[in-house]
Amino acid sequence: MSTATADTHADAHAHTGHAGGFLSTYVFSLDHKIIGLQFLFSSLIWFLIGGLLALGIRWQLAYPWRPMPILGDLLAGAEGGQIAPEVYTMLVTMHATVMIFFVIIPVLTGAFGNFLIPLMIGADDMAVPTLNMLSYWFMWPAFVCMGGSFFVEGGASQGGWTAYPPFALTQGTGQFLWLTGLTLVGISSMMGSVNYMTTIIQMRAPGMTMFRLPMTIWAMFITAILQAFALPVLTAASFMQITDLKLGTGFFIPEGWSTNNRPMASGGGQPLLWQHLFWFYSHPAVYIMILPAMGMVSDIISCFARKPLFGYKPMVYSISGIAGLGFIVWGHHMFVSGMNPMLGMTFMVSTMLIALPSAIKTFNWLGTMWGGKIQFTTPMLFAVSFVSMFIIGGLSGIFMAATPIDIFIHDTYFIVAHFHYVLFSGTAMAVFGAIYYWFPKMFGRMMNDSWGKVHFAVTFALLNCVFYPMHILGMQGFPRRLADPYHYETFRNALPMNQFISYCAFAMVGMQVIFVINFLGSIFFGPRAGRNPWHSNGLEWQAPSPPGHGNFDFQPIIHRGPYEYGAPEVEDDYYPQTMPPPAVDKTK
Amino acid sequence: MKRFWSFLFFLVPVGGVATFVAAPYLRLWLPVDVSEHGRTIDDLFMFILALTGVVFVVTEGALFYFSWKYDANSNNAPVKYSHGSHALELVWTILPAVTLLFIAVFQMEAWARAKMKPPDIAPLVEVTGRQFNWDFRYPGPDNKLYTIDDIVRTDGRLYLPVNEDVLLKITSADVLHSFFLPNLRLKQDVIPGMDQSMWFKAKAVGGFDIVCAELCGWGHYKMKGRVYFLPRSKYEEKLEEMRQEQNTMRVGVPEDDDE
Repeated sequence: MSTATADTHADAHAHTGHAGGFLSTYVFSLDHKIIGLQFLFSSLIWFLIGGLLALGIRWQLAYPWRPMPILGDLLAGAEGGQIAPEVYTMLVTMHATVMIFFVIIPVLTGAFGNFLIPLMIGADDMAVPTLNMLSYWFMWPAFVCMGGSFFVEGGASQGGWTAYPPFALTQGTGQFLWLTGLTLVGISSMMGSVNYMTTIIQMRAPGMTMFRLPMTIWAMFITAILQAFALPVLTAASFMQITDLKLGTGFFIPEGWSTNNRPMASGGGQPLLWQHLFWFYSHPAVYIMILPAMGMVSDIISCFARKPLFGYKPMVYSISGIAGLGFIVWGHHMFVSGMNPMLGMTFMVSTMLIALPSAIKTFNWLGTMWGGKIQFTTPMLFAVSFVSMFIIGGLSGIFMAATPIDIFIHDTYFIVAHFHYVLFSGTAMAVFGAIYYWFPKMFGRMMNDSWGKVHFAVTFALLNCVFYPMHILGMQGFPRRLADPYHYETFRNALPMNQFISYCAFAMVGMQVIFVINFLGSIFFGPRAGRNPWHSNGLEWQAPSPPGHGNFDFQPIIHRGPYEYGAPEVEDDYYPQTMPPPAVDKTK
Repeated sequence: MKRFWSFLFFLVPVGGVATFVAAPYLRLWLPVDVSEHGRTIDDLFMFILALTGVVFVVTEGALFYFSWKYDANSNNAPVKYSHGSHALELVWTILPAVTLLFIAVFQMEAWARAKMKPPDIAPLVEVTGRQFNWDFRYPGPDNKLYTIDDIVRTDGRLYLPVNEDVLLKITSADVLHSFFLPNLRLKQDVIPGMDQSMWFKAKAVGGFDIVCAELCGWGHYKMKGRVYFLPRSKYEEKLEEMRQEQNTMRVGVPEDDDE
C-alpha cells in the first residue's frame, strides 16, 4: 500500500462544487472537518479558561484569604485579588460548568466526532451538513451567556454546576444566563447527535459493516444515542428551573418556602425532583464524557501495539452495556439526598454492575498490549496512561457505589479525586493523545514527538501529584466546595497537603505551554505528514492529509475490520481496510 | 533510558500504594470514630480498599509488565496475532460480576441499619439547617418537641447524651444543606419542607465537628457546628441550664468557653 503524499488541494476541490470565500470556507463552513476544528479550537480555549478557574480554587485552598497574584485581579479585582467566599463558590460552579459543557463534551463529540466520523466510515461528509454547522453555531450564544455571566451584577452562577434548587433559585441573572446557556448547549448537542446517528447508520462505505467499524465510531454512535435520549430531560428540567426563577412557578419549590432575600414563593414542588431530572441526564453524560475517549484509546493502542484489538466484540457489547445500564444508575448521586433509602439499594446494585463493562474494557486493553510490539510514541503514551489512570478512577468508583461508605465520603474530596481521575487523567489525557494522533490528518503536518513526550511525562507526573492525594483528603472527610475548611478541627491538618496539591496544579497548568507551542507551531512549521504516518489500518489514513472537501480521492471499498495489524496474509505489519485481499490461487 | 516509559507506569502502583501507607503518618486518615455503627462503615471501607488495592496492583503491574516486555525497542518476538479469547472474556466477565454483586449485597445490611431502621424512640432534638447556621430545638420539661416550653438554641452547639440511642429530627428552613458528622460517619442532606430522621449511639464524650456538606451559599464554608456528647447527668444539667437561660431572656454576647 502506498503512502504517497498526493494531498493536493486542487485534486480534492475538483469535486466540491461549491468552493467559496473565506467566510463560507472557514467560518460558516458546512464541511465536517472545519466544523470539527472549530469545535477543537473553541474547546481548547475554554480548557484554558476552565484551568485558570481551577487555579483560583487551588489558590484559595492553599492560601485561604490571601490575595491571589496575577489571576486575582481578573477574578476578584474588587476585593484586591482576595477570593471572597461568593467568588470561590462561583469558581467551583463555573470551573465544572466550563470543563463539562464547553470542553469535554464538545471536544469529544464536537471536535473528534465531527472530524472522524465521515472519515472513518468512508463518507464524504455528515448526513446533514447544515445541521452540523448549526450545532457549532448554537454553541456561541451559549459561550456568550456563560462568559457574559461573569460580568453581570452578582457575577456568574454560584449555584454549583448541579444547580440544586432551592438554592439555585436564590441566584440572580447569573443563574438565568447559566440555565439559558445550558439549554443552548443542549440544542447544539441534540443537533450533533441526530446527525451522528444518521451518518453512521446511513453513510458507511461499501463493505463497512457495523462490525467493521472502529471502536471510536462505535463509541461515538452509542454516545449519540445516549445524548439523544437523555438530553431532552435536562432541557425540559432547565426550562422548568427558568420558569421557577423568572415566572413564579414552583416545580422545585416546597410549600411555604422563603429565604432571606426572597418573599414566600408559590410552593407545592419538590427540590428532589430537580435532582432526579438533572442526574437522569447527567449520569449518562458521564458516559458521554468517557466513551468516545475509550473508543479513541482503543484505536491508538491497537495501532501502536501493532496488534489486533483484543476482544473487539466484547468491547462493543460492553459499551452498549454501559449505555443501557447508564440510564438506571443516576440515583447513586443521591444516596444521601433524602431519596427513599430503599431506592438507594437498587441503585447500588445497578451501579456495581456498571463497573463490569469498564472492567472488561480494561482487561481487553491490557490484552491488546500483551504480545505486541509497542511503539511508545506520544499518542501511545497518552493512551496507555489513560488505561493506567482509568483503573484508578474505576476502582475508586466502587467505594462510592457502596452506599454505607458513600454516607461518609459523599461530597468529600474522595469524590473529587474519583471524577478527576476519570475526566482529567482519563478523558483529557485521551484527548491529548488523540490530538497528537490525528493531528497529521487534521493539518497535514506532524507534531514534534520529543516535545510531545516531555509534555506527556510532565503532565502525567504532576496530575498524579494533584489528584491522587485527594483520595486521602477525602478519607479524612475533607469536604468539597468549602472556601475555608481549616477552621474545622477535623480538617485543620489538611492544609500542608492542599498546598502541595496546589503547587503541583500550578506547575501542571503552567507546563501546558509546551503543548500550546507544539500545537500552534506544528500547524505552520511541522514536517509534512504523508497520508498514513503511523502505518495505521484505519480508513481515515487512506484519505489525503489533510483531506479536501469530500474527503476521499477514490471510492473506498472496505474489505476488513480496522485492527488487522500483524496479519499473516501480508508482508507489512498492517493491512489497511481498503486493501483488496491477495488473489487466491484456486488451482492449488 | 531504554524502557524508560514502562518504569514511569511502574511508578503508578508503587506511588499509589505508598501514598496510602504514608497517609496515616501525614495524619490524613479516617477521622476518629466515636459512634457505635461507624466501625461497620470503616471496616467496609477497609475491605473495599484492600480488594481494590489488590486489583489495582495486579492490573497496573500487568500494564507495567506488558509495556516493559513488549516494548518494540527490545522485543524481537513476532506479534501475537490474536483477536481475543472467548474463555478469557468469560473469566474476566464472571469473576468481577460475582465480586461486585457480592460487595453490593454485603453492604445492604449496613445501609439498612444506617438509613432504614430507626430505633423506636422519640426524637430527642430537632436540627434545622438555615443559611448559615445549625439551629437546635430541645424538648422542654414535658419531654415533647413542638410544645410551648421547647428550648431553641441558635449558637451552633448541640448537646447530646453519650452511650444512648439518639434519634434526631433533621430538616431545613431554606435551601438544601447536609448534616455531616465526620466522627460519627453520618451524613444526610436536609430538605426544606421535608422531615427526616438520623440516629446513632455515641461512644465517647467530647466535642466534635458538624459540617455542612451541601453547597448552600456564600457562607457554606462557615456553616459550622459542634456536637458535644455528655454523660446523662451532665446532659440533663446542661438542658436545665439552657432552660434557665431561655427564661431569663438575657441579652448579651455569650462567652466563648467551647464546652
